Amino acid sequence: MSSINNLKKSALVIMLATALAACSDNDDNDPIIEEPVIEEPIVVEPVISEFTITFSNLTAGQPLSPLSVIAFEDEAPWTFGAPASVGLEMLAESGANDEYLLFEDALAAVSAEGGIGPGETTTVTISAESLETLNLSFAAMLGNTNDTFTGLSLVDVSTLEVGGSITRTTVAYDAGTEANTETAETVPGPAASGEGFNPIRDDTADIIAMHPGIVSNQDGLSTSVLGVEHKFDNPVSKIVITRTQ
Amino acid sequence: MKASTFTIATILAAASQSTMAAELDLKITNLTKGMHFTPVLITAHNTEDKLFEVATEASSALQAMAEGGDIAALMAQATAAGSDIAANPAGGLLTPATSAMTTLTTTDGNDYLSVTAMLLPTNDAFAGLDSWKIPTEAGTYTVYLNAYDAGTEQNNELVVEGSGAPGVPGIPAAPGGDAGTGGAGIVSNDTNINVHIHPGNLGDDDLTAGNSDVSNTVHRWLNPVAKLTVTVK
Repeated sequence: MSSINNLKKSALVIMLATALAACSDNDDNDPIIEEPVIEEPIVVEPVISEFTITFSNLTAGQPLSPLSVIAFEDEAPWTFGAPASVGLEMLAESGANDEYLLFEDALAAVSAEGGIGPGETTTVTISAESLETLNLSFAAMLGNTNDTFTGLSLVDVSTLEVGGSITRTTVAYDAGTEANTETAETVPGPAASGEGFNPIRDDTADIIAMHPGIVSNQDGLSTSVLGVEHKFDNPVSKIVITRTQ
Repeated sequence: MKASTFTIATILAAASQSTMAAELDLKITNLTKGMHFTPVLITAHNTEDKLFEVATEASSALQAMAEGGDIAALMAQATAAGSDIAANPAGGLLTPATSAMTTLTTTDGNDYLSVTAMLLPTNDAFAGLDSWKIPTEAGTYTVYLNAYDAGTEQNNELVVEGSGAPGVPGIPAAPGGDAGTGGAGIVSNDTNINVHIHPGNLGDDDLTAGNSDVSNTVHRWLNPVAKLTVTVK
């Protein structure tokens, strides 16, 4: 709307200047002085889209780390079947998302204020310029695991209208960066308070895959610090994206 | 008068669309972390000639696929039925978290897609899709596949060479090289002999003894186990 107004004003300025120049033509003796035409620059303000995201923890006993939301155009911050970035490795092994949110192709990157326990819901808002292609990506760690995270690699929100929403459920992914030992030393969540991020990648394959689920010490993994209450199945979370601007 | 002509034209168009041949780009993705897929079989078929049906007894052809990864009998069956076939797009095993692509041109009346691929290491688990209606509208569609138990073999979870032959108990191979030996064998009271959702591998944490030869941290899975991306041209 504002850019159209600007356009109209510029056109008006040009018309007035032309009229003045025409008037001065009537006086034969006076030299023709052409007034400089001052065009107002046409300012096209970027249209900003705002999305409000609600994130619900559907698990029985897994705390979810603060949800990371990244807006991007082409390159997603993580992709199924590909190795995890160091930022995602940190997120999936420790829940800390500082490095992950520095993703270089991000148009915007935000974190929910805090993590959420089982059954809880959090809300986070992200704003980004409305581009022809606009995608959102999500990630949060399942705290009582070695390197499990949930989220959505890519949700296309380019055509989502203000007031419209997209509802998705998410599955559990294995970052592929840490073996699923489930030991007290390696699980950072409240079940053990073990080590978070460790740069050594010792998983069976260094690629993001779906998570096979945790075993627990009650289901055959004697060295596991986890109990049956930490087991999860898909889906593990629900994400509702509503365009609010 | 005009309205009725239009209605008839619409009905005719809709009718012809539903039996129209389709050009499909297909991508099958193994979503699991630790399970290999044996050669994937994808068929386009009519309402009758599906590869399998849940809650019914497995055919001997399905059994051969689910216990040993052998798709020859399923392919022969599909060929005889006039189905369109895309076999073994990965050219062998489809490893964890990878994809294989293929194309399929369907003939009139073959409006449904079915998919099978055995999961290794298991006794008779397979990723399956039963009769997914191919959309008539051009576009890209995503279908998620669950893991089924063929119901033809007890899940003793013992790796036994030669056990891929129908009726021979055991897991024929663990392609990841990460399974064990020396298990005593899982004893289960599973009595469901029809195709059903697989309860999952149990596994254990002892690769030289215990009950199972498979690893409980590597060879389990959660559904879905595969993703089929269908592009209708």
